[in-house]
Amino acid sequence: MSAHDHGHDHDHGSGSHGTMGSYMIGFGLSVLLTAIPFWLVMNQTFANPQVTAFVIMGFAMVQIIVHMIYFLHMNTRSEGGWSMMALLFTLVLVVITLSGSMWVMYHLNNNMMPHMEHDMSQMP
Amino acid sequence: MATRSAIDPAFLDNDGNPLFHLGEDPHHPEGSSTALGFWIYLMSDCLIFACLFAIYAVLGGNYAAGPGPRDLFDLNLVALNTAMLLFSSITYGFAMLAMEKDKVGATQAWLAITGLFGLAFLSIELYEFAHLIHEGATPQRSGFLSAFFALVGTHGLHVTFGIIWLVTLMVQVGQKGLIAANQRRLMCLSMFWHFLDVIWIGVFTFVYLMGMLR
Repeated sequence: MSAHDHGHDHDHGSGSHGTMGSYMIGFGLSVLLTAIPFWLVMNQTFANPQVTAFVIMGFAMVQIIVHMIYFLHMNTRSEGGWSMMALLFTLVLVVITLSGSMWVMYHLNNNMMPHMEHDMSQMP
Repeated sequence: MATRSAIDPAFLDNDGNPLFHLGEDPHHPEGSSTALGFWIYLMSDCLIFACLFAIYAVLGGNYAAGPGPRDLFDLNLVALNTAMLLFSSITYGFAMLAMEKDKVGATQAWLAITGLFGLAFLSIELYEFAHLIHEGATPQRSGFLSAFFALVGTHGLHVTFGIIWLVTLMVQVGQKGLIAANQRRLMCLSMFWHFLDVIWIGVFTFVYLMGMLR
């Protein structure tokens, strides 16, 4: 939707497509935020894998926000705030789905036969 | 009738009968709500991926004494794949910038480059899948592999349809030029394409990188 065909579309359409500068900033940041986690895992920089896991999760979260801002042009004003509203609602559902599933299914294998994995590995 | 005369004339039709709906539909310019509607579609798509990620989180450790992520994944290949998708994202951005300047040729060229990067991504992914299946790591092998193929396969399917959509739009732009309707379609595909890149961030972090840490 370009600015010149409907005057008032510019306000509540997702009118702003960004500029060359903003795309390049977004691209630079996302290259950096992708390369560092790969480098951390490939070189095993941290001795403790748990630390690496938390660090790369942090990088992923920051990169998602960078993509939202620089590539998807999210802001609190577009569509009169409704796209941000939809995004926040979706985020709540995503968090409930992910954390809820992992919490409820945490004991999934508790009642399995002991040493079952060992037995299975002896099978042809 | 007495009750009728009490009604505001704006809510009566020409014969004096009360109206139970708006006399005239409020005017919205064509396509003014497309962006929000498409955004809400993407959010629903996001929930599909959230469910698949949840399945992977729950079943990702169930190897059934079969191969695990460390035995299967090649991070160099995944890094290359990620680069392809990132490049396709920025080239789509360039296509949108060219579209804003009404440059049909440049828009088409950047769209074509985006499509090629998308095809490269798909080819690498299919090569990886073929390699896994050849090694016996099929979706039937274990819960981990079922969840892996469901999640990564669904993303790949989205990219496939994105490329089909992209080619369709290139034909439409070729025929009609950058008319308002085509600009709107390109904007929707832009959101779709960048959204797939956002999902891929989750895939390479949670599936591939964290898989290598297990």
